[in-house]
Amino acid sequence: MFDYRTNFGVEYQNIFNRIQIRGPADEGAPLKWGQENRRGKPRFSFLFGLIGAAQVGPFYLGATGLASIVCGFIAFEIIGLNMLASVGWDPIQFIRQLPWLGLEPPAPAWGLHIPPLAEGGWWLMAGFFLTTAILLWWVRVYRRARALGLGTHVAWAFASAIWLYLVDGFIRPVLMGSWGEAVPFGIFPHLDWTASLSIRYGNLFYDPFHMLSIVFLYGSTLLFAMHGGTILAVGRYWGEREVEMSIDRSTAAERAGLFWRWVMGFNASYESIHRWAYWFAILCTLTGGIGILLTGTVVDNWYLWGVKHGFAPMYPPVYPPIPDPGPLRGVLR
Amino acid sequence: MAMLNFEYKYRVRGGTLVGGDLFDFWVGPFFVGFFGVTTIFFSVIGTALIVYGAAIGPTWNVWRISIAPPDLSYGLGFAPMREGGLWQWITFCAIGAFVSWDLRMIEIARKLGMGLHAPIAFAGAILAYVTLEVIRPLLLGAWGNGFPYGIISHLDWVSNVGYQHLQFHYNPAHMIAITFFFTTTLILAMHGGVILSALNPGEGEVVKPGGFEDSFFRDLIVYSIGPLGIHRLGWFCAINAGVWSAICIVLSGPFWTRGWPEWWNWWLNLPIWGG
Repeated sequence: MFDYRTNFGVEYQNIFNRIQIRGPADEGAPLKWGQENRRGKPRFSFLFGLIGAAQVGPFYLGATGLASIVCGFIAFEIIGLNMLASVGWDPIQFIRQLPWLGLEPPAPAWGLHIPPLAEGGWWLMAGFFLTTAILLWWVRVYRRARALGLGTHVAWAFASAIWLYLVDGFIRPVLMGSWGEAVPFGIFPHLDWTASLSIRYGNLFYDPFHMLSIVFLYGSTLLFAMHGGTILAVGRYWGEREVEMSIDRSTAAERAGLFWRWVMGFNASYESIHRWAYWFAILCTLTGGIGILLTGTVVDNWYLWGVKHGFAPMYPPVYPPIPDPGPLRGVLR
Repeated sequence: MAMLNFEYKYRVRGGTLVGGDLFDFWVGPFFVGFFGVTTIFFSVIGTALIVYGAAIGPTWNVWRISIAPPDLSYGLGFAPMREGGLWQWITFCAIGAFVSWDLRMIEIARKLGMGLHAPIAFAGAILAYVTLEVIRPLLLGAWGNGFPYGIISHLDWVSNVGYQHLQFHYNPAHMIAITFFFTTTLILAMHGGVILSALNPGEGEVVKPGGFEDSFFRDLIVYSIGPLGIHRLGWFCAINAGVWSAICIVLSGPFWTRGWPEWWNWWLNLPIWGG
């Protein structure tokens, strides 16, 4: 008889947990220091337990983490209250217009000077507190790993993301000599900044480091689809115990490796797939930061740069030349 | 024979979807199977057509080689080879090769007693490709709405279609797709990093067993989704990145012809704001 389950693999596919077990909570591996800062009684969430671990907490809250959260809260409040002020403190209009509201950096005419609060000073202050919060959080990521006797890999990956953030909001504006080059806070405002930066500097698609960044973004997504899919597919052999199987190979690791070997002639190992993953994700923001850093500082028009170096074709002009409105904006303010 | 020392016992018959034992063998490390043969067939022809298109084109500069779809005036009809016919047959071969590759992955997964997660995820990527090159052109009534095959030319296509809608970042499905791409990359860094940090803890430390990963993320961000959950989450987010990309482009043109910023007017015009 034709059994559709064995013929098409229509069976339990390891997408969710069919059974949730409630036992004593995992209080966490012992810390080398600061055990008293691990706070909160662990709770269990049925919904979380459907796809992953049900346990929530405990949470480590030391001085660094607390300072980071406070700084992040201050930045959040400065941004939110400025948005609220921009609609005349009308809470209904605040919600209605929220996606459009923003806290803009100082106008270009201010250069790198400190403007009055209402003309970009609040933006500088929010940026200061947000940056402080992020840097303190980086220290926390580093120290939480050391306290558990782990390597500091996650902290260095986070540093790559911070690099892109600092280039966008601090390093490039300083090199350009104007806070006005930086990213505004706000949902649509930061999207508008992205589009106008690209147009102003000749279309970022011709920026080779932007190309690399996109390659690593898509590559990371491809890798996680492949890796996540592989581990789920060997879940019936307990293939998710990755650290253990990196050291002591099992039938799960053998099957997972042979799958890709038979598909594409090559396979990573249980450890090396995480090196691929780690570097693809890190290089996304690392190359992205380089691409933005060069934009306007070293290269004024990526399209013309591409034509000069022979990889972009020269298209015939369709519009008469338009003067660059960028410098004008600062004068008008 | 290119075989690993443990590989011999896994190389067993069966698991094929069609053809029975006919192509049930390996060449070097590669499994063949019926769909291995069709993959080779479509990819050799498709690649040859691309090379031919480059040869009759104006340049061998690899960045600028481009094989464009037919002019819009051809509608959904066949175009002469030099005027987009090549693009049509290359698209046909590409779909044939992608689908063959996916079915071959299913055969290999079945042979190894594994789940079908990898081929299911790849199907999401194929869906995005087919949406761009077949479904959306069909809905718009002309093959000319597909993107051209070329490194710079496909970027120009993305740019042009984006600016036809003024600011593509305002496309809500595009927002969701980008959020999935960024989230996938973020959690990939976190997952890859924590596994490497447990395996490579530094001087004087021993390798840390699985429970340390959970402890690290609970200490850091209150919650650890766990060793199985992180692969479900990553797989889910990665597939959704591709699927929402397909949705965001099929909406643009067939279902929304104006600028994406003005799509949001419905929110401003909700009857709940008063005044």
